[in-house]
Amino acid sequence: SPSSSLSLISHTQQLSLEEKVSFIKLLARQYTVNIMPIVIEQPTVGLSKVALSKTHGEDSPYFAGWKAYDENPYDNTNNPSGVIQMGLAENQVSFDLLEDYLEQHSEASSGGKGAPGFREIALFQDYHGLKSFRHAMATFMEQIRGGRAKFDPHRIVLTAGATAANELLTFILADPGDALLVPTPYYPGFDRDLRWRTGVKIVPIQCDSSNNFQITPQALEAAYQNAETMNMKVRGVLITNPSNPLGATIQRSVLEELLDFVTRKNIHLVSDEIYSGSVFSSSEFISIAEILEAHDYKKSERVHIVYSLSKDLGLPGFRVGTIYSYNDKVVTTARRMSSFTLISSQTQHLLASMLSNQKFTENYIKTNRERLRKRYEMIIGGLRSAGIECLKGNAGLFCWMNLSPLLDEPTREGELALWNSMLHEVKLNISPGSSCHCSEPGWFRVCFANIGEKTLEVALKRIHNFMAQRGKEIRT
Amino acid sequence: MTLTRLSRTWEPQPEENKKTNTPTSKRTAMRVIVPLQGVVQGRGGLVLGSVIPVLFYFLQLYLKRHRNDPNDNQPEPNDPAPSTSPSSSTENLPELPGLARSLSRTLLSPRSPRVPVYVSGRVGAILKDSETPYFVGLKKVKEDPYDELVNPNGVIQLGLAENKLSLDLIKEWLAENAGKAILDGGGKRGELSMSGIASYQPSDGLMELKVAVSGFMSQVMGKAISFIPSQIVLTAGATSATEMLSFCLADTGNAFLVPTPYHPGFNRDVKWRTGVEIIPVPCRSTDNFSLSISALDRAFNQAKKRGVKVRGILISNPSNPVGNLLDRETLYSLLDFAREKNIHIVSNEIFAGSTYGSEEFVSMAEIVDLEELDRNRVHIVYGLSKDLSLPGFRVGVIYSFNEKVLAAAKNLARFSSISAPTQHLLTSMLLDTEFTQNFININRERLRRMYNEFLSGLKQLGIKCRKSNGGFYCWADMSGLIRTYSEKGELELWDKLMNVAKLNVTPGSCCHCIEPGWFSFCFTTLTEKDIPVVIERIRKISETCKSHN
Repeated sequence: SPSSSLSLISHTQQLSLEEKVSFIKLLARQYTVNIMPIVIEQPTVGLSKVALSKTHGEDSPYFAGWKAYDENPYDNTNNPSGVIQMGLAENQVSFDLLEDYLEQHSEASSGGKGAPGFREIALFQDYHGLKSFRHAMATFMEQIRGGRAKFDPHRIVLTAGATAANELLTFILADPGDALLVPTPYYPGFDRDLRWRTGVKIVPIQCDSSNNFQITPQALEAAYQNAETMNMKVRGVLITNPSNPLGATIQRSVLEELLDFVTRKNIHLVSDEIYSGSVFSSSEFISIAEILEAHDYKKSERVHIVYSLSKDLGLPGFRVGTIYSYNDKVVTTARRMSSFTLISSQTQHLLASMLSNQKFTENYIKTNRERLRKRYEMIIGGLRSAGIECLKGNAGLFCWMNLSPLLDEPTREGELALWNSMLHEVKLNISPGSSCHCSEPGWFRVCFANIGEKTLEVALKRIHNFMAQRGKEIRT
Repeated sequence: MTLTRLSRTWEPQPEENKKTNTPTSKRTAMRVIVPLQGVVQGRGGLVLGSVIPVLFYFLQLYLKRHRNDPNDNQPEPNDPAPSTSPSSSTENLPELPGLARSLSRTLLSPRSPRVPVYVSGRVGAILKDSETPYFVGLKKVKEDPYDELVNPNGVIQLGLAENKLSLDLIKEWLAENAGKAILDGGGKRGELSMSGIASYQPSDGLMELKVAVSGFMSQVMGKAISFIPSQIVLTAGATSATEMLSFCLADTGNAFLVPTPYHPGFNRDVKWRTGVEIIPVPCRSTDNFSLSISALDRAFNQAKKRGVKVRGILISNPSNPVGNLLDRETLYSLLDFAREKNIHIVSNEIFAGSTYGSEEFVSMAEIVDLEELDRNRVHIVYGLSKDLSLPGFRVGVIYSFNEKVLAAAKNLARFSSISAPTQHLLTSMLLDTEFTQNFININRERLRRMYNEFLSGLKQLGIKCRKSNGGFYCWADMSGLIRTYSEKGELELWDKLMNVAKLNVTPGSCCHCIEPGWFSFCFTTLTEKDIPVVIERIRKISETCKSHN
């Protein structure tokens, strides 16, 4: 049993702590592989609807693709025919910058070598968050927006990731059975984050390729009417800007229309801006905060921004998200609710010192943008030479790829058949548009920042071969 | 359970005053509009009906021009500051721009910015919960924390269950091992393993930490039990572990039976977002506040009569705030009861390693380990906040025998994951069993000493405490000091202790204790030097009380 081997190992005096850790990792890995079956009788005692619901979406192709990757992951030397993960929006292009920083500032991670700050680190559990961290976070958000919007540290509410931030806002803004309008295609995780525990419904705002998937006033109104017909109370609109999965920013005029719409309907606007620092050129991104500033914060009580360090700083493992609301009641309630999703004080402390180092953040943001652009151009160019077009993007860790000419039939089934052969024959895990509720079949989200350049080259080559093969088949 | 805590970085909040002033103009508007509405509805005249909206429009315009935009002032949206006493605290709730929701919407066009944008029904309940003395007291400490040298007249914290007695040991360990443990724990020697901490990790916790935690739990709860790592889900604190179980085991409108007195935080953890109810099951001083199955049975049947479905029992063992341990026999009969009613048992054992009495702690896990029956209905909540004095690190544990609950909790853990660098750090710390064993022993010794000193201090004043075997509290009977034997009398005494003696203690009514006059004193935030100060402050209050009586 693991516990007995654990106590054995941990009581062995001859081993150093490091050796013990590596042993335990080995043990853990082994354990993960053959998880001992828990022998229990059939449950008779009832569970809640939440526990039994499928709203977590783990069974959708989006997550199924991840499993296929986990079972057979590509490795340049050990498993060159494995599945390449292009379904995970993770940013690893700037890890080296983070590593350099941590190497030079190792004191930050330990809480300052027994410095007086220690007491705070171990005991600090105030849901306001470390003051230094909130300030650093506000400044970082301003920096990313080129100083064009101001953020008040007192309005920053910290959560363990943007996932929790979006859920928490939904808990505050809507009751079970109410609706949020979300433009399609949207991030597949929203079905879980916004709906699962809150009981809130998502009503899609239909966008299509005819205008590059931009939100129109007509589509907004149609979605609103649609919800009303279904007897749902619409409580707000939730957008991602830059959009996930489109990888494009939202234009100023569209943001103005949105703000006007939510004001007219007296509903909320949640702007999820977790990719704002991953826009290739700073000037191409306009935050809803800038629009509010231009309006002298007149309509601001209904606006809430979600941000996170997972994408822009490439630190999803640190679980840092934030809600920035202009509504006092929402700020107060969100803070209380954040008790369920607090960030470890040790992590807050580490990041506070990292983000307050302006020299580091400036260089990081700039370099990261450049590297993402380079990656983007590399993948777009590679796909184009294989005969594949993508939506014109300017942000994010992915591109929105159009494979509709390849579909046997222009339906969701056709799309999933193609997705299936991409996953099992070409061995690429990409996310089908239908998992993002896209109204047109044949679009796919392809992530390019979670893998190395060499792996990306392999992926492009595989696509190239696939297209050439198809071309041959069609000709013959 | 974690809440706002005393923080050395408390922020002065002068803006608070400005903020409470801003909505006055809107309150005026309310007063004017309501009678107008009556006129329109009463007479229904065409002329009035058309004139009044116009008048109203100008009134609005006037008010709009003459009010301060809340954003001009950059209001401090920190928590409201309910100040003097619980009775006046409602006045200090955050008044927010806009009219009350009950106003007629027909008069106020939806275009008007004065109709506040809707927030969910939960918000009101959450804001209201923080008016209770428990939360008010925590806030008071934050605003005016006692410090022997800097602020000797400040509020002394006796209301928040955190343990400062053994922090020196943790500090020592961290100073030696922290940097290393986070960055290259387990990696190749000297090599940074950024991808192991930066990238996405399993949301229910790293397997190596689960293995380490299961070892620590065995160490704390009895070596005989082996905790199986795959039955663990790690969450950001026991608070979210409890909420997650509440979400998994009960639907909105269902209920948990909870023996009283219970920890005030349970209201938040079990009810706030889930819509689940708590049915308090009273325990009495004559039974030493121990759990009685017949009381559980009565509560269950009453709920059934009301049409409320009971889904489980939530116990804390060691009990919080009383400090009782549940003996084997009680645990068995509890399991029998749960089997008979086919409901769950959630056993909160976050103080299992903080016992210091002569009685033996028995985990619910041990009972089902031997029983092999009914495992599916048993779920244990654990955490490192209390037993390892690390509330800041946010590590909570769900240990369940129910596969479906584990599967759901794993998915739910996405909303409440622990940061990876913290997990690495703790894996190393828990694997250093020489350190953890030493910590547990010394910490128990210190808890015992502080408890005894505090107890004898209260004894000098003639205040008796219920004998505690674990946890951070003294559960004291101060009914001799209350003017009327009622909740009102108790809250009056609380008010004096809070505002005159400057002691933040938790009145029993916050813990849903049905007998007035009981108070819980957390002694682990004190140093030994603080005890005479606290006792002296209580003495002064008790003298004034006695003179009244």
